[in-house]
Amino acid sequence: MFPRPIAQTSRATQVMYQVALPIALFLWLLPLIGIAVTSLRPPADLAQGNYFGMPSAIAFSNYADVFRNSDLARYILNSFALTIPVVIGAVGLSCLTGYALGIYKFRSNLLIFFLFVAGNFVPFQILMVPVRDLTYNMGLSDTTTGLALFHVAFQTGFCTLFMRNFIKALPFELIEAARVEGVSEVQIFWHIVLPLMRPAIAALSVLIFTFIWNDYFWATVLTTSREAQPITAGLNSLKGQWVASWHLFSAGSIIAALPPVAIFFLMQRHFIAGLTLGAVK
Amino acid sequence: MSTYWKANQRRLAPWLFLAPGMIMFAIYVIIPIFQSMWISFYDWDGLGEAVWIGTDNYVELADDPEFYTSFKNNIIWLVLYLLAVPAGLLIAIFLNQTVRGIRLYKSLFFFPFVISQVVVGLIFTWFYAPGFGPIYLLIEWVRASELRAFVASAVIYVICLVAFAIAAVLIVLLVRLLMTSRRALANFIAALAVIAFLNLVFGGSVLFGAIGQLAQQIGENPSVIVTWPVALWQSISTGVLGNGQGIAILADDRYVTYGIIAAGLWPQIAYVMILYLTGLNNVAPDQVEAARLDGAKGWRMLWYVILPQLRPATFIAVVVTVIGALRSFDLVSIMTAGGPYGSSRVLSYYMYEQALSEYGYRMGYGAAIAVVLFGIMMVFISGFIWKMWRDETER
Repeated sequence: MFPRPIAQTSRATQVMYQVALPIALFLWLLPLIGIAVTSLRPPADLAQGNYFGMPSAIAFSNYADVFRNSDLARYILNSFALTIPVVIGAVGLSCLTGYALGIYKFRSNLLIFFLFVAGNFVPFQILMVPVRDLTYNMGLSDTTTGLALFHVAFQTGFCTLFMRNFIKALPFELIEAARVEGVSEVQIFWHIVLPLMRPAIAALSVLIFTFIWNDYFWATVLTTSREAQPITAGLNSLKGQWVASWHLFSAGSIIAALPPVAIFFLMQRHFIAGLTLGAVK
Repeated sequence: MSTYWKANQRRLAPWLFLAPGMIMFAIYVIIPIFQSMWISFYDWDGLGEAVWIGTDNYVELADDPEFYTSFKNNIIWLVLYLLAVPAGLLIAIFLNQTVRGIRLYKSLFFFPFVISQVVVGLIFTWFYAPGFGPIYLLIEWVRASELRAFVASAVIYVICLVAFAIAAVLIVLLVRLLMTSRRALANFIAALAVIAFLNLVFGGSVLFGAIGQLAQQIGENPSVIVTWPVALWQSISTGVLGNGQGIAILADDRYVTYGIIAAGLWPQIAYVMILYLTGLNNVAPDQVEAARLDGAKGWRMLWYVILPQLRPATFIAVVVTVIGALRSFDLVSIMTAGGPYGSSRVLSYYMYEQALSEYGYRMGYGAAIAVVLFGIMMVFISGFIWKMWRDETER
């Protein structure tokens, strides 16, 4: 193990490490702690220039205000309406593509695989004009559907990389045995491989959820109205409404960050497996 | 039909499984890339008739000072963003222990990556705010004393040097990655690259004038990388060093890009950290023990025993960091919208501005910018794909 386990070092080092940990964490998260405190600060404090001292009271009312006098609730709903179908769509499609590329040997296999991988790395701007045009021509501009369709397609690239590597690591003998028994290819996928893919599906779902929830670029390109804009673009629109109201700003930011953070904590293990499994192999 | 299916099932099945995903991916990703290239030869406002103008967009681009500002900022992003790799490794080593509650600590350190860049941008905008932002107040405090200002200036200088060293190493790695089969040639080209790199950092050649300019933009007085001592002497003699004034980072064209990059580094370091934590988890314990018996420890242990084993993690960390740096859009858009006076634009943001904002719906010109950005990223993408392809076919 590297570095040397702290338990093998002197007593003084151990104590120092235990003290250093919370201090380092506090410094690291200072920006977040800052806005969390500000979001609970009564507006009067800010007006008096009390930005960093003790809040004179804890004002949960900021959160109520944020919902009362802005479209935040609507934006949050839009975000959910966007994110959940995209997760289902992208993960579903990539189960199929990952299976095809992980199990079958055919000549263009690697070529198609690397097309997915490379497509996943391209700058968004090279897709922007044609995708916006396409969405417009389908009559889907400024709709959640239009945005979701693009996200499903684009995320399929990353998901395929992930799923294919996962399936490749499964024991191939299982599939061969089933083939000898005369089980059809579709049934092998449905009854043998899919159940084994559960951990990968969980990991990928968490990952894609945060990716899509946090997307800002495509939200601004493909949606403009409050009926369709997700929370990231919505927050930016609210910037104008909340000029200098840092308490509302902070409360809004905390609310926007909450769903991915909650998902991350609930499914921590899957999330980290997801970030590393697809990539580091 | 059914007999045909039975006989050819195994040959046809992969294509059936692939079809939905491939069609979606082709429509929304592969084909638009070529469409963009095509559009870049037109003058088009997005609605009316598109007019073929050949390479005029590119000719205009070559003379567009805004384009060079964006390009220069992209290079600064790329170089400084790579600091996330050693920083992430450092935090990962710090956290790779087994004490009570360490799991929770690791998760909390990872936090910044989970929240949206929009929120990160808002937080840092507030931090930099003139008059009351904590960082503004900190700078005021540092600059109230000559000694503190001197130390801070030295620290910034060292960070810049480290950043450039890392970038030089990356260039060598990338070149060698692309040329592994011919080692002598690879090393020769790698050496050339480093020499060119050093030349442009210290001299500022024509080709990479952008980096020469970068060298002039760090610190209160310009030319920090090359002439830091001179600049420092000037600030002392003119009394700038200890004048105690704060700096409105996001409103000052000399600092704005660095301010945004600092905000971007925060989540990126968290990302790299988690990659290295998993990497450290997979380091073979017997090798570490053997090296320890041979007397290796500290830096030597890290360099000769640990880092070689962390190579896959390093590879992926460099990939996501390079791609992340070149894709930077959200923070620029949220924090400054490219300002002041376009000095914090990057190519991705400039493209967006040209094609979709109040500055005019110039789809063709925007597409041309996107094609250039795509070309730059393709250099890196092909390097990564090449390495992955080799790993894949060697197996």
